[in-house]
Amino acid sequence: MLKDQDRIYTNIYGWESPFLDGATKRGDWDGAKDIIAKGRDWIIDEMKASGLRGRGGAGFPTGLKWSFMPKEVTNRPHYLVINADESEPGTCKDREILRNEPYKLIEGALYAAFAMQAHHCYIYVRGEFISEASNLVKAIYEARDKGLLGKNAAGTGWDFDITLHRGAGAYICGEETALLESLEGKKGQPRNKPPFPAMAGLYACPTTINNVETIASVPEILKRGGAWFASHGKDEKNTGTKLFCISGHVNSPCVVEEEMGIPMKELIDKHAGGVRGGWDNLKAVIPGGSSCPILPKDVCDTVLMDFDSLREVQSGLGTAGLIVMDKSTDVVYAIARLSHFYMHESCGQCTPCREGTGWMWRMMSRLVKGDAEIADIDTLLEVTKEIEGHTICAHGDASAWPIQGLMRHFRQDVEDRIMQYKKTAA
Amino acid sequence: MKKSDALGAPFQPKEFDFADMALVEEIFSRYPKGREHSGIMPLLDLAQRQVATTGPYGDLPMGGGWIPQAAMDKIAELCGVAPMKVYEVSTFYSMYNLEPVGKYLIQLCTTTPCWLCGSADVVTACTDTLGVGMGQTTPDGYFTLMEVECLGACSNAPMVQINDDYFEDLTAESMIAILESLKKDVMPASGPQNGRKGSMALTGPTSLAEQAKKAGVA
Repeated sequence: MLKDQDRIYTNIYGWESPFLDGATKRGDWDGAKDIIAKGRDWIIDEMKASGLRGRGGAGFPTGLKWSFMPKEVTNRPHYLVINADESEPGTCKDREILRNEPYKLIEGALYAAFAMQAHHCYIYVRGEFISEASNLVKAIYEARDKGLLGKNAAGTGWDFDITLHRGAGAYICGEETALLESLEGKKGQPRNKPPFPAMAGLYACPTTINNVETIASVPEILKRGGAWFASHGKDEKNTGTKLFCISGHVNSPCVVEEEMGIPMKELIDKHAGGVRGGWDNLKAVIPGGSSCPILPKDVCDTVLMDFDSLREVQSGLGTAGLIVMDKSTDVVYAIARLSHFYMHESCGQCTPCREGTGWMWRMMSRLVKGDAEIADIDTLLEVTKEIEGHTICAHGDASAWPIQGLMRHFRQDVEDRIMQYKKTAA
Repeated sequence: MKKSDALGAPFQPKEFDFADMALVEEIFSRYPKGREHSGIMPLLDLAQRQVATTGPYGDLPMGGGWIPQAAMDKIAELCGVAPMKVYEVSTFYSMYNLEPVGKYLIQLCTTTPCWLCGSADVVTACTDTLGVGMGQTTPDGYFTLMEVECLGACSNAPMVQINDDYFEDLTAESMIAILESLKKDVMPASGPQNGRKGSMALTGPTSLAEQAKKAGVA
């Protein structure tokens, strides 16, 4: 188990003030000037050495992402955009940072912006997070007031400011280019890539988009060194600590920071009070937010919670939001409900996703009742394959994976239901 | 009602003006010059909040926040874009109400994590207590029920959002208690309804021993 002194988020439960009086006691802003003085190459090298991979779901190496920004600033300013549009079912970690540790995010934004030569940062917070956004705004105003933002931010010599932009209830705006569209006052429909945002992002200027947890981890990494961060975790590709959100059928659901690569069973037993009715009562876990395929108990027994271990079992770490289901769960409905989610949140731009998500939801609804033929399962799987990889963004893929995961591990449950329905109907 | 059907509907007022132009200017100042269109979303939100403060509109008893078409046209004018650009945005995002809603807009999350923890009971508690279904408003214009997708508080499931606030760790009983309180126009304390603090495990902290001791929660 991760030692307390190696935890980044010491106020994740809001025991102390989230604002400057509490934050400075927790060590935020210590040595900001010295860090900036070491230069942008040093910052990017430390980030690369830390092995930090993006915490928003895709797990792209952060240092590498930053290095894609143009080396010279031309007539187009550089922008840092922080994605706080946390909406993936099962995920509630960024919320805790926004409301309880806003200064970790603001300080991290300064270092990240300096490293990519940006003077302005936009934080896109999902519209429903109103009290979270208001805490963050309060912190931003306080930071401006105390000279931590603005001209010569925190005495570092770098001019830097942050603007908060609130979304309005569209999951798709968590996709980075849809988020940019939304920031520009348009419908949140993802852009075709290339051009990638590092070349033409917000207002067609070079832009890097990072998740809240990614940026909020930056100050601690730079202060303790990339090597410290890399010394935690499973291996050199899955390093550091991670906020895990545990929901569903556990005795005491919670959000907790743990080491990357912790066994799933240990995570659930130690922090969430175990599965309701004991570990043997476990049916399945969705390990990383709704789009990561579901895993049956026998996989959960031994699987480790990191990017590569979960990929090996044909799922993913995603946002590390674990949705735990005990044996009482109607697992077919649990996935069907996710299909409804993806249908509701499809932006409507690409035909396979717009039409496919609705079709999959209707098919899944029939399977919940069992009102279908066995062959329909294969047709459904074929449709998921037609959607996957055929859309501009990953929403199409994300809508297909939960169903593929269900059929991979629980096809028998679905078939049994069809047979049962036939028997009752006859 | 389909969102786009609200445009041109009989309940639309003819005019709309922002009450606080200084706030409008502040919103534009957040974005670079020439990028006024970035102000569309915050202005839609501002309009919705303004309507909520002016109380019931016309013959309708509903006193919640919504965005009249005249407000969208005003926003288009302020941002220097065609009205259609604003309609596109307002109809795309789920948080913009384009028709009058109740004074208390109750958004019930029923996505899988909430469903696993009993959101169906919370839904039933609402529909039974208020006598209206999802998507409907009580005749007195007090409550509108709305089914929504994941609100991002999964470790505190099941939960609902009422106007700006989250109410978490609900049961049918605590949901009914909230509704009864709102009927008397008393806003209950938001957050977890089972006595826990934030997203810490109800049984006590499992990490940060020293901080927990200092905070008096260990």
